[in-house]
Amino acid sequence: MADSSAATVAHHGHPDVTKRDFLMLVTGATAAVGTAAAAWAFIDYMNPSKDVLAVSSIEVDLAPIAVGQGITVLWQGKPIFVRHRTEKEIKEAEDVPLSDLTEPQPDSARVKAGHDQWIVLVGICTHLGCVPLGNKPTDPRGDWGGWFCPCHGSQYDTSGRVRHGPAPANLPVPPYAFESDTKVKIG
Amino acid sequence: MAGQHKSEFSNPLINWIDTRLPIFTMMQQEYGSFPTPKNFNYFWNFGALAMVVMMIMIATGIFLAMNYQPNSELAFGSVQHIMRDVNYGWLIRYVHQNGGSMFFIVTYIHIFRGMYYGSYKSPRELLWMIGVVILLIMMATAFMGYVLPWGQMSYWGATVITNLFSAFPIVGKGIVTWLWGGFSVDSPTLNRFFSLHYLLPFVLVGVVFLHVAALHVVGSNNPLGIDVKSPQDTLPFHPYYTVKDSVGLCVFFIVYAVLVFFAPNFLGDANNFIPANPLQTPADIVPEWYLLPYYAILRSVPNKLLGVCMMFGSIFVLFVLPWLDTSPVRSARFRPIYRQIIWVWVVSFVILGYCGMNKPEGIYVILSRVATLYYFLHFLVILPILGKLERPLPLPESISRPVTGGGGPLPSGATAKPMGKA
Repeated sequence: MADSSAATVAHHGHPDVTKRDFLMLVTGATAAVGTAAAAWAFIDYMNPSKDVLAVSSIEVDLAPIAVGQGITVLWQGKPIFVRHRTEKEIKEAEDVPLSDLTEPQPDSARVKAGHDQWIVLVGICTHLGCVPLGNKPTDPRGDWGGWFCPCHGSQYDTSGRVRHGPAPANLPVPPYAFESDTKVKIG
Repeated sequence: MAGQHKSEFSNPLINWIDTRLPIFTMMQQEYGSFPTPKNFNYFWNFGALAMVVMMIMIATGIFLAMNYQPNSELAFGSVQHIMRDVNYGWLIRYVHQNGGSMFFIVTYIHIFRGMYYGSYKSPRELLWMIGVVILLIMMATAFMGYVLPWGQMSYWGATVITNLFSAFPIVGKGIVTWLWGGFSVDSPTLNRFFSLHYLLPFVLVGVVFLHVAALHVVGSNNPLGIDVKSPQDTLPFHPYYTVKDSVGLCVFFIVYAVLVFFAPNFLGDANNFIPANPLQTPADIVPEWYLLPYYAILRSVPNKLLGVCMMFGSIFVLFVLPWLDTSPVRSARFRPIYRQIIWVWVVSFVILGYCGMNKPEGIYVILSRVATLYYFLHFLVILPILGKLERPLPLPESISRPVTGGGGPLPSGATAKPMGKA
């Protein structure tokens, strides 16, 4: 069968590339693209759905948070630390030489100008996702007075920057804005 | 096409089926008259035991799913509902929960058997590699199953383990979000874990079938590690090994029953009696006991990405074990040095498990680093070199010889070359 078709094609003067080769390639390519396109639906199916994606922003009232205290609020399923820093804590955060930091970032880049007593952080350890301790004054806060992760011993300073491993990065700052001096909108 | 199968069964119904679909002939060949080395010890029970636990797990799991709710609001309560309200729910659930532990005990002993008696060596490399795939599927299934009760340890275990993937540069964060179906472990995560926890055991059945099929092509290894030379070296699988497996099965069921009826939560974690709380991490996150050694390897490395790679590497190194071990002699019985250092490896594995239980501080950091180092040293350095340096003891001429002192006539040349590949 293969012989006879090859002979037919050869008769038409195209001995190397046959119509059958072409059809094979087109069929194969179409099947591959089609399979990939179908696979994408299954892969993307597992990504966050629209209701999860819908940016739910929350408002946080800062008035009840005393100096030196912090609260934890839930935003997009993640704990958000809002902490009212003392003068000493602000000064410590500002005075650290950047060369001492794992991920160098000045404190001014992590707070809003004019509101440097407030630090807002995503309270998820950048190591493996535990919630660090330190919002309550009675919690262990580590050697740098910020947060201490009980899982694997990472420590963060009063600006939420990592100071002691194994966490590789600083606690992220979520998008937020001050609506008034005593109210922030997160998200 | 090729005509009908000629069945030898006398029962007319069986004969009628067997003529058209020779499954009875197949069963008779593979589990009835199947020639099996006659010198098995009780280590050779554990494959069959693993098969039995797998069937128990699937049966109990299917029934648990009838009352379980894979929703973050309802999951914890539905497990309590199974435990308190559903008839025999406590029994089915404890059998399933402890079945996970029994499955791993049995499988770890089965793997140790393979390592001690060199069952991974030619011609059984592929059989061994399929076994490593089985181990990986078991781990994934067990991990997802542990998340389902939605207690504190379920939630935080899931968080820590899924976050491992964030260690990979650039794509890491995206992978984790994709795994979660959100921005934290939540209902979408629980739903998919339930779906996959139900699916993977059936994938496991398929891979186990391949494992057994490969075994029945190359045949079983045996405590002497030498090839079967003649029919005198073998016994039919039934009744000799069906009976021997049954004895082991009774002992296995005694241990299993003691766990289920007298200490059902002995291997569990008290934190999992607290419903999942995304705002509070338990003081100590520990996986189930059977994953502790790998967790210790992960934590022994100060660098996140390297730690993750070492943890996965500790399993993947098993895939290439048949080529890392350069000794042509299979059984540790005839390898005077290997017979000792295999136990050092076992000790390092147990130490890793012990370190995984404890906070990574002080002595445990040092211990887990030393044990991790030895774990890899054993496979990557000692085994390749040892095979070249070690002088093995003389191998017996045949399986029959040491057992019966006699043995049948040997095919010519077998005395000179006791092992096919040696």
